[in-house]
Amino acid sequence: MKIIATDRKGETHTLEGRDGWSVMEILRDAGLPITAECGGACACATCHVYVAEDWLEKLSPKSDAETDMLDMALAVEPNSRLSCQITCGPDLDGLQVTIALE
Amino acid sequence: MAGRFETDVAILGAGPIGLFAVFELGLLDLKAHLIDILDRPGGQCTELYPEKPIYDIPGLTIVTGQELTDRLLQQVKPFAPEFHLSEMASGLDRLADGRWRLKTDVGTEIIAPVVVIAAGAGSFVPKRPPIAGIDAYEGKSVFYSVRKMDAFRGRDIVIAGGGDSALDWTINLAPIANKLTLVHHRDGFRAQQHSVNQMRELAAHGKINFEIASVKALHGANGMLEEVTLASPDKREWRHACDTFMPFFGLTIKLGPIAEFGLNLHEDLIPVDTAKFESSTPGIFAIGDINSYPGKLKLILCGFHEAALMAQAAFHICRPNEKLRFQYTTSSSSLQKKLGVA
Repeated sequence: MKIIATDRKGETHTLEGRDGWSVMEILRDAGLPITAECGGACACATCHVYVAEDWLEKLSPKSDAETDMLDMALAVEPNSRLSCQITCGPDLDGLQVTIALE
Repeated sequence: MAGRFETDVAILGAGPIGLFAVFELGLLDLKAHLIDILDRPGGQCTELYPEKPIYDIPGLTIVTGQELTDRLLQQVKPFAPEFHLSEMASGLDRLADGRWRLKTDVGTEIIAPVVVIAAGAGSFVPKRPPIAGIDAYEGKSVFYSVRKMDAFRGRDIVIAGGGDSALDWTINLAPIANKLTLVHHRDGFRAQQHSVNQMRELAAHGKINFEIASVKALHGANGMLEEVTLASPDKREWRHACDTFMPFFGLTIKLGPIAEFGLNLHEDLIPVDTAKFESSTPGIFAIGDINSYPGKLKLILCGFHEAALMAQAAFHICRPNEKLRFQYTTSSSSLQKKLGVA
């Protein structure tokens, strides 16, 4: 599966996703500037991404923990998600995300 | 506490690795002072995930960030380390006698032959909203913390955020502000329920305003705010008059002043040798997440190992004329005496 990620300069990267990995891990291992301070524990809100509108419905819904943690993210929009909470899988082939500003 | 302190080792960072370093140094009779920008020990463990379980600390099947910190504090107690908390290390220089001087933003000076940087990813600092030009207002009309409440008397305040700090300051500043508006992106809050209830009560009685929106832009001159642009989730935008903006989105980690210490940094990390965990500057060591070497893993357990080897090398710098006696806590009565168990 592919993940199409836009970085903070507006540059687009096509990344190879891995089933069962979080989108944060894919972005991080590709060397994109995702901070992910807490390492994926849904405890810091520094892996904030915007998900392209047509993909929102296909993601599993936010947990209460993620919704709460997004209160600590900057510039939250209705399509904001924490990328450590999105798990890669065949349904998400082509997922488009944009790394939020920090 | 400001003042001048002389010791064996100055440790920058009171997270788990800095704390365990105190233990390993203590076994070798080396005394340590620790500096941390947070108001309590534990670093990321207590700041980011106090309640989250950790499963890969050897011998502990499960431990939370807070429990691990509490246990480490218990473990280093016999060595009576001195903590300088809520202080940011601001400078490092070498004295004529070869010792290092580590200074903090409140005027503390720690003089020691060895400095250990156990600063994780750097200093915890408030998250800054990505609003163009915000830096021009910081310290004049944009504030990330409250030092003196009275400074906000009579002000027209906008507070942004939905966590405990945002809600607590909304409640505490409401009585003294001229006008206070809480801005949050949703009608739901991460903060404690009783704070949320209190805030809603204030809003119901017209003591504060609550807007479901985000601050998009700041308007003013010479650092003095006059208006902010607010935007609702459905993209409606309007201007709101205010003279003070207080974003409360918690803390994030920035490398901070370490970058100015004249150390040889590589991608914000300090390269070290893996025999001593010393940087390329003699007497300056780096352990835990802040260092880099071939094969490095950012794991607490790796930092513990690094602390043990660092301590051996630090001994030779601090006690150049003494012979290091390698001993086990299991069998050494002198170590057990230091630990207060024999």
